Amino acid sequence: MATEFSQKFKADAKRVAGDLRHRELIQGALRKYEVVRDSCKEAFQDWQGAREGAAERKSDAIDHLDTYLEEFASKLEARGTKVHWAGTGPDARQIFLDILKEKGARSIIKSKAMTAEEIHLNEALEKAGYSVVESDLGEYIVQLRHETPYHIVFPAMHLTRGEISSLFAEKLGSAPTDNPEDLTMIARAVLREKYVTADVGITGANFAVAETGMVSITENEGNARLTAALPRTMITLLGIEKIVPKLGDLALFLPMLATAGAGQALTGYNSMYGGPRQPGECDGPEEFHVILLDNGRTALLADAEQRDTLRCIRCGACLNVCPIYRNVGGHAYGTTYSGPIGSVITPHLRGLQDWKHLSQASSLCGACSEACPVKIDLHHHLLQNRRNAMASKPVRWEKLAFRAFGWLAVRPRLLEALMPFGRFGQKWFHWIVKGGRLDPVRVWTETRELPAFAPSSFTQLWRAKKRAEAAR
Amino acid sequence: MNAEKQKILRRIREALGVHTVHTVHKVHPQGDIASWLPKVGPAFEAWAELFAKNSVQLKTSFHLVESEAAAARLLAETARAEGWQRLAAHGNGPARAIVTTLGLPSLWTDGGYDARELERCDAGITECDALVAQTGSVLVTSKSAGGRALSVLPPHHVVLARREQLVADLPAAFALLERKYRDAYPSFIGFITGPSRTGDIERILVLGAHGPKKLTIVCW
Repeated sequence: MATEFSQKFKADAKRVAGDLRHRELIQGALRKYEVVRDSCKEAFQDWQGAREGAAERKSDAIDHLDTYLEEFASKLEARGTKVHWAGTGPDARQIFLDILKEKGARSIIKSKAMTAEEIHLNEALEKAGYSVVESDLGEYIVQLRHETPYHIVFPAMHLTRGEISSLFAEKLGSAPTDNPEDLTMIARAVLREKYVTADVGITGANFAVAETGMVSITENEGNARLTAALPRTMITLLGIEKIVPKLGDLALFLPMLATAGAGQALTGYNSMYGGPRQPGECDGPEEFHVILLDNGRTALLADAEQRDTLRCIRCGACLNVCPIYRNVGGHAYGTTYSGPIGSVITPHLRGLQDWKHLSQASSLCGACSEACPVKIDLHHHLLQNRRNAMASKPVRWEKLAFRAFGWLAVRPRLLEALMPFGRFGQKWFHWIVKGGRLDPVRVWTETRELPAFAPSSFTQLWRAKKRAEAAR
Repeated sequence: MNAEKQKILRRIREALGVHTVHTVHKVHPQGDIASWLPKVGPAFEAWAELFAKNSVQLKTSFHLVESEAAAARLLAETARAEGWQRLAAHGNGPARAIVTTLGLPSLWTDGGYDARELERCDAGITECDALVAQTGSVLVTSKSAGGRALSVLPPHHVVLARREQLVADLPAAFALLERKYRDAYPSFIGFITGPSRTGDIERILVLGAHGPKKLTIVCW
């Protein structure tokens, strides 16, 4: 039976795939991305070597995750950071609420964090009476629209400047403009004030350096840097898989993240934070909290076949190249992480039977695996999810259908005898029900043509060929 | 808190006990990081040329000048051209020397400062740890650049660097960090690559999203 999630996915995917305006916007943006990404990749002396090096470093981190996490935490604690461990989303939200209560926080400024989306942090904080402002421009726009991010790197990619202008006019009272620079300056002015007055700053992180106990944050706008500089308390939420072993490893990961993620040689700001304000320093938060989030990641770790998905650095490259993502868009997935990586890991994080349909939404073309800078075998994992879903809860009619086909396929004479019926039926009767409710292959024929039966079977062709040769 | 830590670590150890079946992913790449990243020439001339080229692309304004005095003259011109009223800077090195010659009211971040005051300054003038030719980046730390906010809050960030601070590539920059700070890393380390930017509206580049709209680097 199709679940509510899969039915919603099908309905949303169908609607978006037919939306020409959406298509033009997304495909246009991603074509631009492809051009700059390719030129950055070409600048590498050895992109494939770099991918292998990155995969090896992340594999090492994941294969010794316990050791590295302890090293990371103890290095941070040694310099005055409070490290918290959260097993689940609710655990992490409670840790946030406890810190905010203790600090008597009033206004909170937040930079982009997919982990915060994952645990629905903003809703929880707002419910508890706190006001949270997203400071990344794209995130700020989707927050004003009460939407989730459309893409893990480009949250507002699905909106035109006109839509953003009317959103700002409505919510911020600004004058309408179709100039992206003016729109950016409107947001800048509003958010500047928030930085100076916020008492707590919340950030995500892209990497966690075990060797030196630092979180590394990558961004272009400078909003995360301001979030980490001005408020008195800084809280960083990150998944336990963010570990890299050594500080020097960032020399590889930072340019690869930039190249794969946005087609930049290096992202505008790459910042590493190893503690709260240290003695002798003039600014920075008095308190620095780091929250390490499991939330299903150890379950992925226990899946020996798909453990490599924990290497993911959330660059979004697999989304950008995925023919499914490019047609159905980020919101149709209904998940925090969309695109191929989302289709692979969501069943592990939220339940296989509810989310197995995402693994079917793939042409298995392998573009994702090829784009992945840490060489995650994404399209094979989609196949494995399909297999696992079937093994854990077989679909009766599918099993029956395959058994019937199997029975028929090993009886060539019978198969051949039935073939003319198929040809005849397709030609003379199928059109009556085609694409309608009575059509047995409606899922396919609703939007596509069924391939026509071949006029003669292979066996018949072979026999004819042999006869012709014998006659010569 | 500790109980939760132990629970998560136990789950990780149990999971790692399950032997991974992936052998295809056991890759052992040849070479080191520097041999994979974009190529950089052998010495200062090549690095300076590459840094200048990257700066053009990033819309960083990069000036290689003869001396500290020439750097001071350049900043005096910029101050006039842009109508600077108030500056912010730090330290007791070249930043203080140069900013003092400009004779403008200045905020010094060293002993702490008011964020609103800093926000009102026209430019933040900082020193740095290194310039990275490969990417056109400036390497700063809370120690070398007057804290965390001075290099990001004012609308114009001016970086002062000496020639010997220009390094070839990212691995060299990280090696320098380790040599310099291994025993006590500053709480903030940052690679700044161009002025603040965003492409969040229709993927069209806009400078000055939240941080500085302008980045000027003066090297002598």
